[in-house]
Amino acid sequence: MPIGAVIEFTNITKKFGQVTAVNDLSFAVEPGRVTGFLGPNGAGKTTTLRMLLGLVAPTSGTATFGGLRYRDLPQPLNTVGAALEAASFHPGRTAAHHLGVYTTAAGLPRTRVAEVLHTVGLAEHATQRVGGYSLGMRQRLGLAYSLLGDPGVLVLDEPINGLDPEGIKWIRGFLSSMAAEGRTVLVSSHLLSEVQQSVDDVIIIAKGELVHSGPLSSLDTNIAPQVIVDSPNRDALVTALTEAGLAFTSGRTGLIVAVPDPGRVGHIAFTAGVELNVLHRQKAGLEDSFLALVEGGESL
Amino acid sequence: MNLILRPVAAEFSKILTTRMWWILALVLFGYIALIAGGLSALFGGLQNGSISPDAVNTGGGADLSTLGTLPPLIYSFAASVGYVFPVLLGALATTGEFRHQTLTPTFLATPKRGRVLGAKTIALFAMGAALGVVGLAASVGIGALVFSGFGIDPLLADGETWGLIGRTVLAMAIWAVIGVGLGVLVPSQVASIVIVLAFTQFIEPLLRFASTFTQITADIGKFLPGAASDALVGESFFTLASPGGALLTSWQGGLVLLAYGLLATVAGYFISWKRDVT
Repeated sequence: MPIGAVIEFTNITKKFGQVTAVNDLSFAVEPGRVTGFLGPNGAGKTTTLRMLLGLVAPTSGTATFGGLRYRDLPQPLNTVGAALEAASFHPGRTAAHHLGVYTTAAGLPRTRVAEVLHTVGLAEHATQRVGGYSLGMRQRLGLAYSLLGDPGVLVLDEPINGLDPEGIKWIRGFLSSMAAEGRTVLVSSHLLSEVQQSVDDVIIIAKGELVHSGPLSSLDTNIAPQVIVDSPNRDALVTALTEAGLAFTSGRTGLIVAVPDPGRVGHIAFTAGVELNVLHRQKAGLEDSFLALVEGGESL
Repeated sequence: MNLILRPVAAEFSKILTTRMWWILALVLFGYIALIAGGLSALFGGLQNGSISPDAVNTGGGADLSTLGTLPPLIYSFAASVGYVFPVLLGALATTGEFRHQTLTPTFLATPKRGRVLGAKTIALFAMGAALGVVGLAASVGIGALVFSGFGIDPLLADGETWGLIGRTVLAMAIWAVIGVGLGVLVPSQVASIVIVLAFTQFIEPLLRFASTFTQITADIGKFLPGAASDALVGESFFTLASPGGALLTSWQGGLVLLAYGLLATVAGYFISWKRDVT
């Protein structure tokens, strides 16, 4: 069983001319867990991953696998499997030939081609030209490439993009099982909801800078909860809340009051003699915390 | 040893798993067969009298019967006309990596980029040689057949003919290396193809012709890649058609041609190959 290495980014920075795409990023990705690498489009995720894989030269800083840069790995495909954008294929080559080329380059056994195509569910399309593949099939082929060397580290850039619901379900289970085997799994996405069900840790960047890192649950407490309240006589409720000096906004299911304690809102209604038919606390979703972090990053 | 053998094997596999190589080989064969077959029939007919010289407009130039020995001239079409095919194969092999973004999986499998470019050069050298064999199959195969039909000795027992054949294979191999170099110098596939076609079919023939007007330009013109290639092969319709043109010796021509290929490749390595793959 391949053992995952720790991925470590140390003060990595990339400037394209005057534009700083990635600014002084430092974080570590641990084996045995699925780590979500999140941020809006243009945040610098792909550039960061490409620096990790030696495809883009960092302006400064380093990115390593167990202390080694990608280009210094003795057998890169046996150590790290990477799937970047879904378009890295010659359209006239069949899936099996595409994988065969890189199996040859890396000196891997040819039997791996059929094995990985089977793993990603493309076995019956192995001899089809990639030009005729759907986006979902290309994603799977990219994933198949990453698995050729049975690596201990997986680096996947937006692997869920373009997958159908069945494919999404499959890849979630796949990522979890890879991590459970002790591999390091780093998955980027611009949508937290896409990976929320499968990631253990999150690293969030915005505008090329780190804005949050930690277990998924650490996103939970970042935003103050709110109280949702409604009444058959909403006008009376509005008056009562206004008199009590509470800030609120109108929502679809009632008034959203910016206080954490439903008891306080209930008490105000009770003393004003307003009947309530809705009163509960709403915790902001993880997605809301994520968006708040990302937008906060943008205002930096 | 595996460090270079594996990337070379992968580069062969890249070429052989797409259709371009045999399409180019097929067109090369047909093109050369047509020219070699047609001209050997024309010259053969003139030489044995079945076509009257009066029926042919020689443009007031040299008498056709003085154009040297006919068979080597016809055989040399494999390189002097066919050289554009290995250049295209080399340029497509390189620019295709940029166009289809296959540099990403390539550099992930072999992070040492210089090794990949070296492997590509070696593989394309061999593929160019193979195209040379295809071109010769057309020029020598069809040409010799037609000459025999007209009762002219195809000179296939002549050692010099086989020397020419060997040098043609070498020239075609080097032209494919030049294609790789052009592909890294100009990674845009469309631009590369336009440059290959414009330069080989129009600009260079014109320059070579113009350079024959004075001695000084002729000394420069003989270093043009097409002229160097003709010098390496040792026979060419073009050099016979422009009697004022000077030529390098065979080995000088080969070295000049190889220098073009290697210089372009090394320059291209720094210009495009080493760059960020985004």
